[in-house]
Amino acid sequence: MRISRTAVAATAVAGLLLGLTACSSSDTGASALDSNADLSTQTLTISNWAAYYPEDLAAKFEEKFGTKVTIANHATNEEIMAKLTAGGDSGIDVAFVSGQFAQALAAQGLIETLDKSFIPNEANLVPEAAELSYDKGNKYSMPYAWGTTGICYRADLMKGNEPTSWNDLLMPKPKFKGKVTMLATERWLMLPAQKALGYSINTQDEAEMGKVKDLLIKAKSNLLAYDDTTFYERLVSGEAVMVEAWDGWCNYGIAKNKNIKFVVPSEGSDLWADTMVILKTSKNKEAAHALINHIFDKDVHSWVVDNILYKVPNIPAMEKSLPALVGDFPNMGITPAELLKGEGIVDLGKASALYTRIATEVTAK
Amino acid sequence: MAPAVKSEGRDAIKRRALLSRAVFLVPGLTYITAFMLIPLGFIIAYTFLSRGTYGGIEFIFTSENYTRALDSLYIGVLVKSILIAAAATLLAFLIGFPVAYAITKLPTNRQNIMLVLIVLPFWTNFLIRTYAWIVLLNTQGFLNKGLINIGVISQPLELLYKPGAIVLGLLYAYIPLMILPIYSSLVRIDPAMKEAAINLGATPAQAFRQVTLPLALPGVLIGAIFVFVPSVGNFIVPELLGGGKTIMVGNLIRDQFLKARDWPFGSVLALSMVIMLCALFFIQARVNRRVLGDARA
Repeated sequence: MRISRTAVAATAVAGLLLGLTACSSSDTGASALDSNADLSTQTLTISNWAAYYPEDLAAKFEEKFGTKVTIANHATNEEIMAKLTAGGDSGIDVAFVSGQFAQALAAQGLIETLDKSFIPNEANLVPEAAELSYDKGNKYSMPYAWGTTGICYRADLMKGNEPTSWNDLLMPKPKFKGKVTMLATERWLMLPAQKALGYSINTQDEAEMGKVKDLLIKAKSNLLAYDDTTFYERLVSGEAVMVEAWDGWCNYGIAKNKNIKFVVPSEGSDLWADTMVILKTSKNKEAAHALINHIFDKDVHSWVVDNILYKVPNIPAMEKSLPALVGDFPNMGITPAELLKGEGIVDLGKASALYTRIATEVTAK
Repeated sequence: MAPAVKSEGRDAIKRRALLSRAVFLVPGLTYITAFMLIPLGFIIAYTFLSRGTYGGIEFIFTSENYTRALDSLYIGVLVKSILIAAAATLLAFLIGFPVAYAITKLPTNRQNIMLVLIVLPFWTNFLIRTYAWIVLLNTQGFLNKGLINIGVISQPLELLYKPGAIVLGLLYAYIPLMILPIYSSLVRIDPAMKEAAINLGATPAQAFRQVTLPLALPGVLIGAIFVFVPSVGNFIVPELLGGGKTIMVGNLIRDQFLKARDWPFGSVLALSMVIMLCALFFIQARVNRRVLGDARA
């Protein structure tokens, strides 16, 4: 017994030392790409959100370039960030992450500066999409899809009381109390209160965030739930009458019930973007650039529009798919200029601890 | 000469027994070392380090993570988690004990069928079973629609998205873990014990209270730990049935790693849970020894 107890302690100490010494090293210095590289000798590992890309993406790319492609799925930005920031080579060549996370990866020196001469299809890019605040000029990332956040609601159940302001969601009329949901992910949990109070969605001011907290706690008593995944289903069933929603997700509700509408409140909202980045650790950078170029092909990129009902910053892809969709899904017609009125979400760095603390205080109340 | 050979043989047997014991222990010890002790060492190391701005850790020594854990905000979450898990455990006992008791009264082949039926829900994915409660209980769900249709209520009942719904979800998820150990304690009780009590003048109620119940206590304690431990750390049920409006320690820990990118603080929270659970097992072992000791005496 005594021996085993010593062994236990010794092993724990060994683990402790391992933990202390397992430090991450990242080499810097971008390597020049070889324009004559044989892509069929390269292999690609991609990580993307499940069902966020054409099923035959890997097969089609391999057919065209001979590159063997493996696609891994992640459920959230945080999940893929944990893999990419754990240190060492994650084995991933191309990752799909939201803009503010691409910014964080760039700040850590984990992603490659893109060589645009390998992405000729950049010519398809909507010019406004090169102005996004997380990565001006798309130095490290190329946007895959973009949109905004608003209120998704049942026009038939809210006749005469259609929401126009974030306050309609935060402080609903008595008959709508308990029939409202808000997004649970921190940045979007804060957004309605930040915009209702006239603050930036990237504010790092503690006094402002204190007021945001108070308003969110007040709003909580009117909520049915915080919900990131099934809010549009709740509108379809009638369990909720209005929900804070990403534009594309509201479309899934609209597809099931034409009485569901989407509005960007008068105080304004965000501009989010999901992006593609190439990891510095990738040994297949030519193929990785070719993949991003391939996605920006009109016919590949329009798949996202047709199937995910998200807007893409690709002029010919939108021209191809929009006419058939905009009648049923009006928010697909939000123009790049209108989108750009939304405030770009940027990474908060150290201040993200403040947001987490407030999110905990609100949800623990 | 003969005695010498004999003693040598006995030594050899003893040595071989020791050796085989060591061999059998290797897989278990390797497993515990690789997947528990070493990771635990990592967690302990992380608790003294600083949060990296973009996740991960920075090698700056600090004890701030511990002082932060004592903040009333986090203590409040811990207390609420313990209360919710304790409520689920108590209800699981109140429902599970009679069920286990009833099963022991059945013929043996029926007992086996009942035990299989109790485990059967585990064959369906936990998430799906939890979602099923939302389908049943939401304001537009089967229960409310049914009650309105037969005229019992006129307005739908708001059953979901409150702490009570979390208790219900945890109770439903983990009650088999209460029933099974209680059953195995009860079934091992020698019927002669109870007969003896009755022969000595105890009423059936007295015999139950003074003989059956104490002898079943080890099973009850194991069941209580089996229900309490996963309940207190659960983060799916509060999110789904609690509507994300109540957070428990499990959510807090998950959020530190996956949302706040604060691994050191998440490690402190995780470590404090490990310590709390070790204390529970220690208490259980103490009581167990006492009860079994009493039974032998």
